[in-house]
Amino acid sequence: MTLPVAAVLCAPGTNRDNDVLFALQLAGASPVAILTNELLQNPSRINDADILVIAGGFSYADALGAGRLFAVELEHAVGEQISTAISERRPIIGICNGFQTLVRMGILPGTGQRAALGHNTSGVFDCRWVELEPSSKKCVWTQNLSENIECPIAHGEGRFTCDDDTLSNLQRNDQVALRYISTNPNGSVDNIAGVCDSTGVVLGLMPHPENHVVRRQHPQSHRGVSRGLGLSIFQSGVCYARR
Amino acid sequence: MVDVAVQTVPAIHRLTVRPAGDDPRCTVLLQDAIDLGITTLHSVQIHDLVFVRGDVTEQDRQQLQELLVDPLLQEASWNTFQATTQHVVESALHSGVTDSVAHELHRVAARLGVTIEAVATGKRFELNGALTHTDLDILVGKLLVNPVIENCAIDTAIIPAFADSGTSTTSGVSYVSIPSDASDEDLQKLNLQRGLAMDIEELRAVRDHYASAGAVARDIELESIAQTWSEHCAHKTFRASITLDDGTTIPSLINQLRDTTEIIDAPYVVSSFVGNAGIISFVPGTTIALKCETHNHPSAIEPFGGANTGVGGVIRDVLGASHLPIACTNILCFGTPTTQASDLPEGVFHPRRIRAGVIAGIADYGNKIGLPTVAGAVLYDDGYIANPLVYAGCIGVAYRPYHAQDPKPGDRIIVLGGRTGRDGLRGATFSSMTMDATTGDVSGASVQIGDPITEKLLIDVLGRGQDLFRSITDCGAGGLSSAIGEMAQDIGACVELSELPLKYPGLAPWEIWLSEAQERMVVAVQDTGALKDACERFGVEFTDVGFFTGDGRLVVHHGGNVVVDLDLEFLHNGRPQRHMHAVMPSPVRESMTPTQFSTKFGNIDVVDSLKRLLSHPNIASKAAVIHRYDHEIRGATLVRPLIGACADGHADGVVIAEPLDTHGIAIGIGVNPWFGVLDAERMALSVVDEAMRNVVAVGADPDSVALLDNFSWGDPRRSSTLGDLVAAVQGCCDAALAFQAPFVSGKDSLNNEYLGSDGERHSVPPTLVITAIAHVPDAESTVTPDLKASGNVVVLLGNTSLEFGASHLAIVHGVTDAGAVPAFDASAPRRYRLLHRAIRDGLVRACHDIAEGGVAVALAEMAIAGRMGVEMSSNLSVAQLFSESNGRFLLEVSPAHVDTIIEQFGDEAIVIGLVTSEQEMRLPNNQSVSIQELCSAWQEIS
Repeated sequence: MTLPVAAVLCAPGTNRDNDVLFALQLAGASPVAILTNELLQNPSRINDADILVIAGGFSYADALGAGRLFAVELEHAVGEQISTAISERRPIIGICNGFQTLVRMGILPGTGQRAALGHNTSGVFDCRWVELEPSSKKCVWTQNLSENIECPIAHGEGRFTCDDDTLSNLQRNDQVALRYISTNPNGSVDNIAGVCDSTGVVLGLMPHPENHVVRRQHPQSHRGVSRGLGLSIFQSGVCYARR
Repeated sequence: MVDVAVQTVPAIHRLTVRPAGDDPRCTVLLQDAIDLGITTLHSVQIHDLVFVRGDVTEQDRQQLQELLVDPLLQEASWNTFQATTQHVVESALHSGVTDSVAHELHRVAARLGVTIEAVATGKRFELNGALTHTDLDILVGKLLVNPVIENCAIDTAIIPAFADSGTSTTSGVSYVSIPSDASDEDLQKLNLQRGLAMDIEELRAVRDHYASAGAVARDIELESIAQTWSEHCAHKTFRASITLDDGTTIPSLINQLRDTTEIIDAPYVVSSFVGNAGIISFVPGTTIALKCETHNHPSAIEPFGGANTGVGGVIRDVLGASHLPIACTNILCFGTPTTQASDLPEGVFHPRRIRAGVIAGIADYGNKIGLPTVAGAVLYDDGYIANPLVYAGCIGVAYRPYHAQDPKPGDRIIVLGGRTGRDGLRGATFSSMTMDATTGDVSGASVQIGDPITEKLLIDVLGRGQDLFRSITDCGAGGLSSAIGEMAQDIGACVELSELPLKYPGLAPWEIWLSEAQERMVVAVQDTGALKDACERFGVEFTDVGFFTGDGRLVVHHGGNVVVDLDLEFLHNGRPQRHMHAVMPSPVRESMTPTQFSTKFGNIDVVDSLKRLLSHPNIASKAAVIHRYDHEIRGATLVRPLIGACADGHADGVVIAEPLDTHGIAIGIGVNPWFGVLDAERMALSVVDEAMRNVVAVGADPDSVALLDNFSWGDPRRSSTLGDLVAAVQGCCDAALAFQAPFVSGKDSLNNEYLGSDGERHSVPPTLVITAIAHVPDAESTVTPDLKASGNVVVLLGNTSLEFGASHLAIVHGVTDAGAVPAFDASAPRRYRLLHRAIRDGLVRACHDIAEGGVAVALAEMAIAGRMGVEMSSNLSVAQLFSESNGRFLLEVSPAHVDTIIEQFGDEAIVIGLVTSEQEMRLPNNQSVSIQELCSAWQEIS
């Protein structure tokens, strides 16, 4: 059986590419990193991928706003190819800076909806572990999850915000994929940590499930705690890509 | 109210971007203003400014606005200054200060089809409140604007300085006549005129060199020599011969440390005290590079930029040792946060401002480059008000055999990474150069602002090891002069400067040669093809500037003209050794008796003392700082800096283990400047011991530890200050021998002093930071300090004496003469080996080292971290509860293993309490205090 190919898209400043490559490998995909430079030269590389991943980091140093320039570059280089991938229901995930990028591109939450990721209410970059409740049966990355996910956040601009119409649309259309449980670390509206598009194949989330893919990565492993592997999100995506 | 008409220079377009909702930055600013003694500032708003120069159409503007402004988060307007608040302050970066936002906007505008000439950015502060002129000056000078890097305008629109890229346009070199019979007086005059900062022996050596060579000195050659021979680069004090007050002469300090490492002869040391970093190997096929640096002075004058580039510099050190960086550390020393604004010396930022800037600078670099910032310490003392200290460390790994290689004749010299500008030219040695006249308009030149993304790309190209190059070094202090000068040391080099890409036009050859622009590496390459391809793939600038020759000379050209022609043997080995005198300290060495303790401390209340200690800024929670750093990236931080039931306890050391590896490395820090003030030798012994304890406590093997030494000291030309340094080095060597733990690298930062209003020079406390990197043989048997389960037994390991000199109990009770600083415990090394065995055998549920505040604080920290109660048995006196004796730990042991532990450690282990499920700490004298209360004291924010 050939493994589904996962293309991890990276810009200058993307820095969690290795972490997500490792997670995808453990989840049963065959991951490959592709730089924006390489996409510009050969946009068709996207067409070979069964899964698209936009990795976290500080693409272009967050200059002009987190994800802004990455969005411009991706739109320019492979905007059409990404649209095709969505219409073919190939799963796409954007993590942290990748989520910010998908929102800037207008892919999330989707046509006619307005959302943004603003500065955390604390005003500063924050790195801490959070618990996430999967809450969408539409999203192919979360629909089969059986337990809450535990993993770290590491961002300064993760406050999900949107207008009232968009929020009620998201809720009505089952597009709220992940919610923060017990602590809302950044002031996101409705405790939203991740949303999917109206097709359910594109997920964007601020936390980093790729940093909890083996048991001992849990911060309370020394206290005997073992639960909430973020790996299961990637396994869901890989599983869907295989269907 | 101010109302100024729009004053835009033609073809400069200005966009003001305002946050649409609450801006948390403003709350912070208001608090900072209060700290500066300004209570009349009622509100402040911060806006971002973007300036675009060029003929842009209305449609272009629309496109730029869509790019720059998110309508859900921001509002924007073009070309308005209009103020609705009482005052408006605007700032923009000086020309030459790195502005990555401007750089990216310039690049992406072209992508959108918008042609613009140049971009600049700035900030706007809208202020309301009854501010006097003095208030406004203080706000602007100390809070809103940093004149070192920014211009500002008050109640009028700022005119930005644009930086344009280009290659050098000016040329020229001047000759300096140094007659062979020049007198000492003449030489000193030259020294002052040129700001060479050399001593008289060095000046004579330069005179005699040029006389014997029959050559006339070029000005840039003198700069290169002064740079190479500076304290910063040559470590003259550590290499000096030192005569003590009893007339004996001792080996140089650097040789004492090196000799100690040689005597220990540890099999895991691959390379020590040469090159950019120490290199060790705990596992066959894998080597680890480690380095720690200071960036003290830059952080005092521009806290963000100074700390930011300090991190960038030490990461390049590891990259320059051909290793892939994997983790960062930092140790920060600030003035007391409650310092009154009126007590600050002239021109000194408030400690809170320095702290905020430094922490933001460290977070910015580490988070953006994508390295976990895992270990460190934050210390507060009045001695750091004018001289904050910033230590930045980096650890790297290589998975193939490491072979240090020197460049060979014919190898090309390639400069990679960032562009060259005037960055750093006004630092240190060159402050009073006549050449500065040409840079008078660039007052920002002494400070570098880092560009972590450019450095990330350098890691992407170079981090995979030595396949692409033969030899590598980073561009740090002294820039290309130092980097190429060192690489060419044994063979010689021929360099042409005119092809180097510059940040802006107009740089003279000497500026290019000595620029300390960040994010540049120099490599020696036999065949440039593969490296060039890798650079193209990742978008890294690649410039061939010449080749290594084999003739032993350093020859530098600019546009074909020779600007430097120096004998490398003279440059590197021509400096006469410095001779210095030290007066050795004679510290108090007597410990206290119980009676003396009672006399000095009176009848102190244990709970009150414990709470005072827990809330002291040196001991209190550092969680707010740690959360600012990404410590999760790479997924390999197995024992994190924050641990326990609520992830808010402090770990002793941290452990890094790749997710699937069975082994890892531990990082521990030791530092105690308060001991240093009283007894530098015991301080050194104590902090090595502390660093050892911190790695052993998490599960590292005490027989596989490498150490880094970093000294921040006052002026060593004062013989008592040098005496303290000599004593500290002695302590380092003795401790290293006792633990058989070799030093592999180190750095000294001397002259951390300022001239007070009392006319006296004030030095920082002698601050020695020890970093221990240790092998963790079994990642599965690592241990954290949080209490785990009720019914378990708490065991005190080690020997407790009444040692209170410079203890934190003495500090919180204001007791100044509290006897001797804790002595080194010679039985510690044996005990640490036994403890390591017990941890590997799974006998230890929690382990915590005992440091500031003694047993009482350590136990409270374990209880807080585990949110468990503890009931102490009554066998410890009040003095024993707070003593800071070295060599001790607290262990949590299940009842089933207590006998084994007692048997193994004998008299050195005593049971002192039980873990309970009640949220209470019961003390020996029947007093008790709730864990919640302890937690609140510990989490008090200052």
